[in-house]
Amino acid sequence: MSRGALLVLADGRFPAGGHAHSGGAEAAVKAGRVTGAAGLGEFCRGRLHTAGLVSAAVAAAAVLGADPGELDLAVDARTPSPALRVASRRLGRQLMRAARATWPSAELDALAREFPKGAHQPVVLGLVARSAGLGAEDAAYCAAYESVSGPASATVRLLSLDPFDATAVLARLAPELDLVADRAVEAGRRVLAEGVDELPCAAAPLLEIGAEAHAAWAVRLFAS
Amino acid sequence: MTGVRATARIVARDDGRGGTALPVLEGDGPLALRRTRASGSEARVMLVGAMSGPLGGDHFAVEAGVERGARLRVGSAAATIALPGQAKGESRYDVRIDVAEGGELHWLPEQLISVQGSDLRVTTRVDLAGSARLVLREEQVLGRVGEEPGRLTSRLSVRVAGRTVLDQELGCGPGAPGGWDGPAVLGGHRAVGQLVVVRPEFAREPVAARMLGEHAALVPLAGPAVLVSAIASDALRLRRVLDEALAFLG
Repeated sequence: MSRGALLVLADGRFPAGGHAHSGGAEAAVKAGRVTGAAGLGEFCRGRLHTAGLVSAAVAAAAVLGADPGELDLAVDARTPSPALRVASRRLGRQLMRAARATWPSAELDALAREFPKGAHQPVVLGLVARSAGLGAEDAAYCAAYESVSGPASATVRLLSLDPFDATAVLARLAPELDLVADRAVEAGRRVLAEGVDELPCAAAPLLEIGAEAHAAWAVRLFAS
Repeated sequence: MTGVRATARIVARDDGRGGTALPVLEGDGPLALRRTRASGSEARVMLVGAMSGPLGGDHFAVEAGVERGARLRVGSAAATIALPGQAKGESRYDVRIDVAEGGELHWLPEQLISVQGSDLRVTTRVDLAGSARLVLREEQVLGRVGEEPGRLTSRLSVRVAGRTVLDQELGCGPGAPGGWDGPAVLGGHRAVGQLVVVRPEFAREPVAARMLGEHAALVPLAGPAVLVSAIASDALRLRRVLDEALAFLG
């Protein structure tokens, strides 16, 4: 693997559109469920072990060579909220556009042709990691980290939270990120042997319900 | 000491005279089955807990098959209560449902209550043929009144014509993955429920997503199915929301 490529892909400034999404933080802040650093920490922990774990496992499985079409269907089944399915495909399309310019490959071209409206983001992320010469563990770390870094930086804007406090939240989650990335890679390996039912399907009811409430707002700062 | 193993089986079959027969209706140990009065072409079965449990180490299973064109409604006489037991380790409750072409199943059991100190893994797997119809309700109550919940892991997967349209697992209680009670997952709520409705006509006329109050949403899945996902402070409020959703869907 190239540690340099990993840094480029994991960088929040990688132009894949993630900054426009709060990962559910905007809905949680509006509803009063997150009011400060402590709430943000619990929010991120919950998101990491649910949506983060699922995304990380899908990305790892994609790197290992699982069928992208089947993975995409599996993400659909693990994403009951249509607002979140739309957001995930939009992010997938934006990541695809950025990655075809940075790490072009025939595999990315083929995926873009198969999903003109965008495949789910973690499926694209896995194939992007492959194109960048990265491994399953790298892709799992990227997905798991994104699942918490997005809400943390969004909450800095939404609550005028001290960026030091938000970053401390992420730092405290580092050991759990390791755990989730490990579990995700194990699941990704099982997918190759047993099929996509082996992917984790950890549910987060408030993320799903909150995403639907958020999608109905007339004015919002973030797309999801 | 090992726990109790029990498997109950139900098969519903079109009787050819406008009704539904139950050629298989086998209770087992703690899982007793009672046929109740039919309604039109629909056969009705009540699951009756003949013992307490599941307790630690128990492994219960229910297998229900609805054959071509048959109609079945299954309820339960009381809530299922997951209890700690003398046997070590988790208990399991597995539900396997198959509905063939033209068949219809209403699966509407009472709540599952996760008692402090219990450790239960539930899996519910539903396989539907393309023209099958389903109404399935699951409700989990985390702890009795004023009590911390036990450990509960509950996975629900639904396949329609071989394609998985829903696969979700909720883990809660002591030892569950971090953040389960936080603002991304349950936010301190003690009752959580799902209502899945599958109808072939949803493929042509999808139902639009809508909120049902602040803590419940009705959403179209990627397939001919709708999910109502709800959380509430208690079982009564949860049931009210799910009942409203069912009435809305007609």
